[in-house]
Amino acid sequence: MPRLVSHPDEVKIVSQRFGQGAANIDRYIELGGYQAVKKCIAQGPDWIIDEMKASGLRGRGGAGFPTGMKWSFVPKQSAKPKYVLVNGDESEPCTCKDHLIFLHDPHSIIEGTIIAGLAIGAKTGFIYLRGEYRYLIEIMERAVADAYQKGFLGKDIFGSGIEFQIITQTGAGAYEVGEESALMESLEGKRGVPRIKPPFPAVVGLYGGPTVINNAETIATVPHVITMGAAAFSAVGSARNGGTRLFSISGHVEKPGVYELPMGYNLKKIIYEVAGGIWKGRGLKAVVPGGSSTPCLLPDEIDIGMDFDQVAKAGSMMGSAGVCVIDDHTCMVEFAQRTIAFYQHESCGWCIPCREGTDWIKKTITRIHAGFGEAKDIDNVTTIGNNMLGRTFCPLGDAAAMPTLAFVKKFRKEFEDHLNGKPCPFAHKN
Amino acid sequence: MPDVTFTVDGKKLTAPAGTLLIDACRKAGIEIPAFCYYPGLSLQAACRMCVVRQEKVPKLQTACTTTVAEGQVFITDSDEIAQARKGTLQLLLGNHPLDCPVCDKGGECELQDMVFKYGAAESTYADAKNHREEQQWSPAVYYDRPRCIFCYRCVRVCGEGMDVFALAVQNRGSSAVIAPNEGTQLDCEQCGNCIDICPVGALTSGSYRYQTRPWEMNHVSTICTHCADGCKVTLGIRTTADGAEILRASNRDSSGINDDFLCAKGRFGFDFVASEQRLTKPLVRNAQGNLEPATWEQAFQAAASRLKAVRDEKGGNAIGVIGSNRTTNEENYLLQKLARTVLATNNIDHERTTDYPAFAQALAGTTGKTASLKDIATAPAILLIGGNPTEEHPLLANLLRTAVRLNKTRLYIANSGPIKLDRQARLTQLVPDGDFAKLPAFLEAGAADFAKAIAAEESLIVVFGQEFRGESAGKLVAWGLKRASVRFAYLGDHSNSRGAADMGLLPDLLPGYSPAPVPGKTLGQMLSSSLGALIVVGADPFTSHKFPSEASKKTFVVAIDLFLTPTAAAADVVFPAASLYEKSGTVTNTFGDVQLLRKAADRPGVKPEFEILVRLALALGADIKALVPIGVSGTTGDLGQSRGAQMGEADRHSVYIKGHNLEPRLSPFDPIALLDEIAQTVPGYSLDRINLLAGNSVTTEIGAGPGFVSVAALSGEIAPAHDTLFTSSALGRYSDGLNKIAQHQSPAQSTAAAD
Amino acid sequence: MTDQESISIFSPATAARFDALVLKYPLKRSALVPMLLYAQDEIGYLSDAVIAEIAQRIGITQLDVRSVASYYSMLRFKPAGRYNVQVCTNICCMLRGGYDILDRFKKELHIGHKETTADGTFSLEEVECIGACSWAPAIQVNYDFHDELKPDLVPGLIDAYRGKAAAKGAK
Ligand SMILES: Cc1cc2nc3c(=O)[nH]c(=O)nc-3n(C[C@H](O)[C@H](O)[C@H](O)COP(=O)(O)O)c2cc1C
Ligand code: SF4
Ligand code: FES
Repeated sequence: MPRLVSHPDEVKIVSQRFGQGAANIDRYIELGGYQAVKKCIAQGPDWIIDEMKASGLRGRGGAGFPTGMKWSFVPKQSAKPKYVLVNGDESEPCTCKDHLIFLHDPHSIIEGTIIAGLAIGAKTGFIYLRGEYRYLIEIMERAVADAYQKGFLGKDIFGSGIEFQIITQTGAGAYEVGEESALMESLEGKRGVPRIKPPFPAVVGLYGGPTVINNAETIATVPHVITMGAAAFSAVGSARNGGTRLFSISGHVEKPGVYELPMGYNLKKIIYEVAGGIWKGRGLKAVVPGGSSTPCLLPDEIDIGMDFDQVAKAGSMMGSAGVCVIDDHTCMVEFAQRTIAFYQHESCGWCIPCREGTDWIKKTITRIHAGFGEAKDIDNVTTIGNNMLGRTFCPLGDAAAMPTLAFVKKFRKEFEDHLNGKPCPFAHKN
Repeated sequence: MPDVTFTVDGKKLTAPAGTLLIDACRKAGIEIPAFCYYPGLSLQAACRMCVVRQEKVPKLQTACTTTVAEGQVFITDSDEIAQARKGTLQLLLGNHPLDCPVCDKGGECELQDMVFKYGAAESTYADAKNHREEQQWSPAVYYDRPRCIFCYRCVRVCGEGMDVFALAVQNRGSSAVIAPNEGTQLDCEQCGNCIDICPVGALTSGSYRYQTRPWEMNHVSTICTHCADGCKVTLGIRTTADGAEILRASNRDSSGINDDFLCAKGRFGFDFVASEQRLTKPLVRNAQGNLEPATWEQAFQAAASRLKAVRDEKGGNAIGVIGSNRTTNEENYLLQKLARTVLATNNIDHERTTDYPAFAQALAGTTGKTASLKDIATAPAILLIGGNPTEEHPLLANLLRTAVRLNKTRLYIANSGPIKLDRQARLTQLVPDGDFAKLPAFLEAGAADFAKAIAAEESLIVVFGQEFRGESAGKLVAWGLKRASVRFAYLGDHSNSRGAADMGLLPDLLPGYSPAPVPGKTLGQMLSSSLGALIVVGADPFTSHKFPSEASKKTFVVAIDLFLTPTAAAADVVFPAASLYEKSGTVTNTFGDVQLLRKAADRPGVKPEFEILVRLALALGADIKALVPIGVSGTTGDLGQSRGAQMGEADRHSVYIKGHNLEPRLSPFDPIALLDEIAQTVPGYSLDRINLLAGNSVTTEIGAGPGFVSVAALSGEIAPAHDTLFTSSALGRYSDGLNKIAQHQSPAQSTAAAD
Repeated sequence: MTDQESISIFSPATAARFDALVLKYPLKRSALVPMLLYAQDEIGYLSDAVIAEIAQRIGITQLDVRSVASYYSMLRFKPAGRYNVQVCTNICCMLRGGYDILDRFKKELHIGHKETTADGTFSLEEVECIGACSWAPAIQVNYDFHDELKPDLVPGLIDAYRGKAAAKGAK
């Protein structure tokens, strides 16, 4: 069972029921659950979307797209059924926050899904979890069954005459399936290859119907936005970044864990105060601020507020808010190698730049780390990265290229130190 | 869609809104490179070669998925774009084997061409390429996995195009491969379209691989000799010491009615031409009763002297002539003209596979009621009755599928059992016990859903075949003619069955289905009577009719054929003939589309039937100018000779030639000389020459002349060939390529039949 | 359906589950990925027979099933051990000793990546991030997570699963 952590600076909104037994539906209700959805039924779709827009909630899946705006893109009239799709594929390395929501608060996802459905006029929601999360799928399925039992799901939810069904789905091991259109392909029983856009999911999505797709945390946040009110929620965060975020802190810190902090909370403080500082009393070498696909930041670049805009200004991305802390005993070439190895493994292979680019970067960095690199290899890695950037079919190619380019640029000296038959200077291990 | 105006590289272009940028650019002559984009197949955006810069859009866009709208501005040619394409090529070449010198595709490889243009030849990669072994999927198809660039064209052409779905991507990322449906074996229609569509040398042809370099071949586009659809096929020809051989049949020139399509026969069935069993010397039966090689002169003398004797002693009526389903229109016309004028007989026929005369009679007096293959491709609604085009008319099947897929054509099928095309059909109707004769009444009644749907169609093409003969064909056509916009296509079997009928290889009908003054004997009647002499061209009645009968044992037989068929083996004089790939002329497919043949291969020792017939006529002492109208002026091509009524008419030919700006022909062996005559005498064959000679199909109409007499008894002499995807009647027997494929496919077929 | 059940290679419970699964979605085919995973849970891997039956249940070709199945990394076409030990070595786990855990498993089980012990009890696999980054290093044994591991905890874990295997085997 993943350990829960706590810190006084936390503002527990989404995680308020963690460790409270809220996977049990009665307990969830006791803790104030299923009130938001009732309010939404009373207020109607336009109100919901206005609230979401006013809340400043931005997607927690990575790109940070304003949730209310996304919902408003769904056409009111549609010949084909509309759908809500909850993205619980959580596969970006450094990210394990949805894990805890499914484990501790599955009903918040159900409630959020129903609200999204009400907002866009969908009758069906899908909750897709990565295949590795089998025990969480079982918890989620139990919760869905309980909600049906109580009449919160079905043909006539909460006696409102409105129909809403939820179907759970499992993946089977594929990071790329987290990409929204690949997720829809996978849910339709196909290879997880993304779709050509446009059309965008809001217009033509799952089974050809208009579809809203949101990250699990985004959806779990929705009922809280309704309960607190958009203004109060938005007030918690920073400018244009409403509310809190679940930060998955990992790597070389004393107290790794998932912490809920207001948007805009200082990254340096996250590392040195919330997560207890660098372990073993060592120094900091780099931070991956938002999941493995985000360019790393150097120690002098981390005095920034953690929200989508500020991290972007610092030259990286907030992404999934998976903060991975790297101490000064770490070989950055090895770290770069393991990062690209992941993307090479997960590239769906559909497009040339990603399929070939990840493969060649992996081969080259692996060789450099093994001590067989040549001087031109370092530039070649950069060239390949640049040839991928912005040229691939879906953002996975960027996700592979961006961190790689940053590693080479910021740690070029370490790459050079591996050349000409020199063994890894960090081979002594921790 | 309304037209919109947009700018590409500073040029203002106009196209209907929603047109793909890549199409609009290509049409305007702006080259956009692409591997994965293929017109007519679904979009992939996978190769990223077609990237362009669109004004106000942050990322490069793919021209293959961008649709044009008013006022857009694009740049397709800049350093940035060139660098992007070069970068992608460099990535591709990283794992692509550089074995171009031994790769079949070298010289016509799209990857090579692009590297040549964008320059990405220098490799900066030090690591080993991912290697995998080559696989043989079938006798026809090989897959070299490392060469594959994942454009997914093969997967799409097999699935979307052929509706076979025998190929799919397997594994993920850099371990992805294309895999066939039976593990490492390919169980499919073996059309080989995947080979043709592959931009690189990943998919190669079993018959062509490692044979030659593309630039060492001449590429000659002609018409396939196998079925009655008449695909244009490009033959790769290489000169040999004593002639020219065919190394490949492909769709390099995709300008025909078949676009990029060829079936297994068209692609792999050309090898009968080079068969060891080809006849290459004339044979004459000697005193001991054995056939022995002879010179051409000896053979002509032997044949002519006996034919002359029979004609002069017993009269022309004692001579029979059987023509071919696979010879050219000019040869067929010449044969019947030779029979009717020189040999003075109306005993002329061919092995009929369907009842074109009945079709002609049914359409008598109408115009615009027949459908060409091009019409099939664009029809809003099609009613297919009987048969199984997938097996017997592969191109028709392909056009039907494409029309349904791309034009939303509504396909209706009435049949005695399920066929593969049912999957494309909007509605199907079972015809109980194959009782097709009742269908017109069923449609007329309009009670069933199927009949109602048909009745609601404003414009309809009715495709039917040998299930309808004689009267029943007439009834079906009569049903359709009552409606405003119905056109017909009638399906026959061989590459020029239609031409054989149109050119009057019929005992009762002259060219163009006008009645012969005195009807002669049918094929069956000829074989069961004791004729003095029989000429058999490109036909094997001894096999089909268990000939010789007692009555005909003493008949003197002259055979002209490619192989020593049972008929030829029983003949007294045998002439080795050229195949359709070794001659020029025209053929007419079953839809009435006339197409030009171009001589591709050259086999020493054989002659086209046209030349053989002309020389035979010479040996018979005939006036060649009367037979084949040649000469600069004042030719006396007496066109009445084969048409009874106009006997003795003056030189209409030279008037026609001058009037139509045609060049008079000088050689009696030039079949075009006869085409000039056919154009005047056969209704519907006054063809658009410019298009014909340019290699396009030109449509002719079928229709009976006045006074047409139907010969109901003939229906009994119609024997459909029922060739399948891998058989081609007599020719198929001599194609190793087809036989190997048939063997490969048969285990799979027998298991399919078991469940 | 009845026909199919009688020839199903799956247990009655799984077959019944599959019957329901194809009806669960707006489109039958949506059942494909879960069905493959559940079939693997029961049979151990995606055998030819599994592929054939699933293709038939969904109504698609076997090639299509293979094409989809070979996309997903949790699905396998060869048998694995009863307990498939999946060690994450992705960056967060790597930073906290993921490779040490992997090495320890290799040493204790005498097998390498994607190999199975002779008795068929264990197989070992190095996997990508399993979503336990804040509790690294983490592994999964079949679907069970074990996090915040140390190499010295590995022998105990192995013993525990051996015991489970023995208990189940005895039943
Ligand atoms: C390669 C790739 C992988 C992704 N993986 C995930 C994922 O595991 N979970 C997720 O919620 N979003 C993931 N995303 C983002 C989704 O595409 C999508 O933007 C998100 O689910 C939208 O939800 P949101 O607006 O609530 O953030 C991924 C995107 C890409 C390009
Ligand atoms: S960038 Fe291309 S190959 Fe990579 S995951 Fe996306 S579509 Fe697949
Ligand atoms: S890196 Fe190991 S669980 Fe995420």
